[in-house]
Amino acid sequence: MSEEYVLQLQHIRKEYPGVVALKDVTLELKAGEILALIGENGAGKSTLIKCCSGAVIPTSGKIIVNGKEFDSMTPQLASENGIAIIYQEFNNVKELSAAENLFLGHPIRKGILIDKKAMEEEAAKAFEQLHIKIDPKTLMKDLTVGYQQMVEIAKAIQQNARILIMDEPSAPLTSAEVESMFAVVELLRKQGVSIIYISHRLEEIYRLSDRIVVIRDGEYVTTLITKDSQVEELIQLMVGRELTETYPPRGNCIDKNEVILELKGLTGNGDKNINLKLHKGEILGLGGLVGAGRTELAEMIFGAVPKKSGQMFYKGKEINPQSPREAIDLGIALVPEDRKRHGAMLGISIKNNINMPIYERDSHFSVIDEKLEMSTAEKYQKNMVIKTPSLHQLIRNLSGGNQQKVILGRWMAAQSELIIFDEPTRGIDIGAKYEIYKLMNDLVEKEGKSILMISSEMEELMGMSDRILVLAEGEMTGELSKEEFSQETIMTYASAAAKE
Amino acid sequence: MKENKVINFIKGQAIWVVVIVLVLAFTIANPRFIYPANLLIMLRQVAVWGIASVGMTFVILLGDIDLSTGSIITFVNVMCSYLMVNMGVPMGLAIIIALAASTAIGLLNGFMVSTIGIPALIATFATQTAFSGIALILCNGQPINGFTETFKVFGQGKIGPVPVPVIIMALCFALGAFILDKTYFGRYFYAVGGNIEAARLSGIRTGRVKYLVFALSGFFAGLAGLVLLSRTNSGMGNAGLGYEFKVITCVVLGGVSVSGGYGRISGVVAGTFIIGALQNGMVLMNLNTWIQDIVLGIVLVLAVGFDCYQKKKRAN
Repeated sequence: MSEEYVLQLQHIRKEYPGVVALKDVTLELKAGEILALIGENGAGKSTLIKCCSGAVIPTSGKIIVNGKEFDSMTPQLASENGIAIIYQEFNNVKELSAAENLFLGHPIRKGILIDKKAMEEEAAKAFEQLHIKIDPKTLMKDLTVGYQQMVEIAKAIQQNARILIMDEPSAPLTSAEVESMFAVVELLRKQGVSIIYISHRLEEIYRLSDRIVVIRDGEYVTTLITKDSQVEELIQLMVGRELTETYPPRGNCIDKNEVILELKGLTGNGDKNINLKLHKGEILGLGGLVGAGRTELAEMIFGAVPKKSGQMFYKGKEINPQSPREAIDLGIALVPEDRKRHGAMLGISIKNNINMPIYERDSHFSVIDEKLEMSTAEKYQKNMVIKTPSLHQLIRNLSGGNQQKVILGRWMAAQSELIIFDEPTRGIDIGAKYEIYKLMNDLVEKEGKSILMISSEMEELMGMSDRILVLAEGEMTGELSKEEFSQETIMTYASAAAKE
Repeated sequence: MKENKVINFIKGQAIWVVVIVLVLAFTIANPRFIYPANLLIMLRQVAVWGIASVGMTFVILLGDIDLSTGSIITFVNVMCSYLMVNMGVPMGLAIIIALAASTAIGLLNGFMVSTIGIPALIATFATQTAFSGIALILCNGQPINGFTETFKVFGQGKIGPVPVPVIIMALCFALGAFILDKTYFGRYFYAVGGNIEAARLSGIRTGRVKYLVFALSGFFAGLAGLVLLSRTNSGMGNAGLGYEFKVITCVVLGGVSVSGGYGRISGVVAGTFIIGALQNGMVLMNLNTWIQDIVLGIVLVLAVGFDCYQKKKRAN
C-alpha cells in the first residue's frame, strides 16, 4: 500500500514557544497526482510545506519519501530526494539570463570557465520539454512574472524533482499566465511528477486537483476526492468551527447620521473602485485574503501612498492627504500590521513613542514642554493600561500587546478620530487580545471614535465588526450586515475571483 | 540584576574610561602632557573638528554620512578671505555670507539625498569634489593673507587663559546637546535614524528632517572653517583637506551608531578629546605624523568594531 505514496507526512506536530502551529497533521501524496492543500490564512499550510523543504524542523512526526523515513528534512536532503518547492517569492537573480538562472548554483563548466553556450542549449531543451517559449538568453528581469515562474519550475525539473510543491502559484499571475501555468502543471502530471498545489482559489482546485486535503487551525480535517466534493462543503470544512473566543460586549453606539469616512470609486495602490461609508461610532471590518488589497487601501486613506483616482470624504469634506502627517492632522490614524517595522520605534522610549506625532504641537519655539510630555505619557499609560515599570523604558522591552497599547496611546494623544487597525492583534497573546478588544470597544463607545479594522482572523472579524466589507484582488466583492455574518459567506466573497 | 546595572553603567561610560587611561598613559610617558597649558593647546587643536562634529553627529544619527565637511571648511576659508581681503567686505557681513553659503551647500546635500534620493555617501562626495575645485579657482591656488586684528580673535584670542576657539567649541557642543535633548528636532533625529518608515507613519516629515540635518552639518562646518581661517591667518585652497575623516572619527569614536538612531553629544565630546589626546600625546612622544595616522586608523576600527560586534551578538 505504501509504495503507492511518494510522500507521506505522518502525525506532524510543530510547536513554537507558546503556540502550536501544527497538531498531528497527516498528508499523503500519490505518485503522479495533483493534491490540493487548502485552509484559511494561518491554518498552517506554509509551516507544513516548510517541513518538507527542511526550513522547519517538526517537533514530532515522520516524513516518508519514497519509502525512506526521516524525522526532519534539510534543504539538501529534500533536493536529493527529489522534492522541490515553488515559493511565492522566487529565488532568482534578476540580472542573469534565464539559462544562467536555470543552472544557478551548479553551472555547466569548461574547466574553470562557465560554458554559457552549453547552458543555453540545455536550457532551451528544458524549456522545450515543458512547451514553454523562453529565449534562454533573456535576462530574468525582462521576463514577466509568469515566465519567471516557469523558469523556476523548469529549474526544479532540471534538478530531477519528482515531487513539486507549489505555494499559491497563481497569486502573482494574470489570468492568461494562469492558463499557461495550468498547461505546464498538467504536462508535469503526465510526465509522472507528483504535485502538491496550495491555493485559496477554489475554482483552480476543482480544475486541477485529484484529491483535496483540508487543514484548519493547524489540524488535519479531512481528505476528499475532488470530483465527489462540493464547493459549499469545502468552505464549510475550511472555516467550520464554533466561535470559541469570546468578545467583550458593546452597546450600540453607531450614529447613522454622521458619516466619518466615505470613499467613492477610490482607485490606486492596487485597488480598484472602492466605495464605502463608515459611520461615527462604528467598527467596520475589512475581510479578505492576504494580498486582497486591504492594507493598500489603508495606506491610501492614511496618505502613505497617493491615490490614483476617486474621492475620499472625511466628515463630509473632500480630502486628499499627501503624507501621513496631513492625515494625522485631519484626525486619521493607522495602527499598522507590522508593528516592529512600521509601528513601534523600538530603540526609543515609551514616552517618546507616545508623544511622537504631537511634539511640534506641544513645543514652544521648538523646545519640548517636558512636563506636558511626561503627563501625556502618564495619562495614556493609565488609559491604555500599559504595563511597564517606567515610561523611560525602550518600547523594545515590552510584550506585543503592550507595544500595541503604546501605539494606541499615541493616536489617542494625537486626538485621532478615525483609527485604522491593520490586524490589531497580530502576534499578541490571547489574554492581551481581549484587552485590545476592550480598548477598541471603549474607543467607539465612550470616546465616539470610529474604527476601520482589517483582519484576516475570521473570528475576530465577526466578533468585533458592526459590518463587514470583503475585498478580493483589489476589488470590493461583498458587504455583510451583522445579521448576515457567516464564515461561509465571507469566505465565498473572499475567494471570488474578480470579474474581468 | 544589580550587577547587570553596574556593568551596563560601565559599558555606557566606556568611552570616558578610555579617556582616563589615555591621559594616564601619556602623562606617564611625558609628565608635561597633563600641564593645563598643554591641555589647552590640545583643545585648541581639536576645536575645528569638534565644532564640525556637532553637525556630523546629527547626520550620522540619521544613519547618513557627510563627506563634504572638509570641502565646506576649505570653501568657507577661501571665500571669507576673498570677500574680506580682495573685495573689502566688512568682517561681520563676510562672516554672515560665509555661514549662509555653507548652510546652502548643506541644503544642496539635503536636496540630493532627500528629494532626488542619491545615497548620502555619493551625494556628499560629489559636493566635496566640486567645492574643493571651486575653492581652488577662487583663490587661484594661492594663499590669501592680510586680515584685520579683530578677525584673529576667533582663532587666536583668549578669554582669561582659555582660547576663544575652545569656548566656541564648548558652546557648539552645548547647542548640539540642547537640540538633541530639549527640542523636538532631536526626538525626530533619533526616530528617523532608528526607523525611518515608522517615523514617517507617526507623522514625521522625514524629508524635511534630512534637509535640516544636512543644512546644520553645513552650518557647523562653515563655523569650523571660520575658526580655522582666523587661527591660521591665511585662506588656503587645501585648508580643510581630509578634515571630514577626522570629524567622522570624533563622532564614531564617541559612540554614535553608524547605522543611526543611537548616540549622544557627551560621547562625541569624549571622542573629540581622545583624538586630541592621541595627537598631542604622540607629538610629545616624538612619534612622526605617519605613525599617528596608523594609530588613528586602528582606533577608528576598534571603536566601530566594538559597536558593530555588539550589534551582531545581539542579533544572534
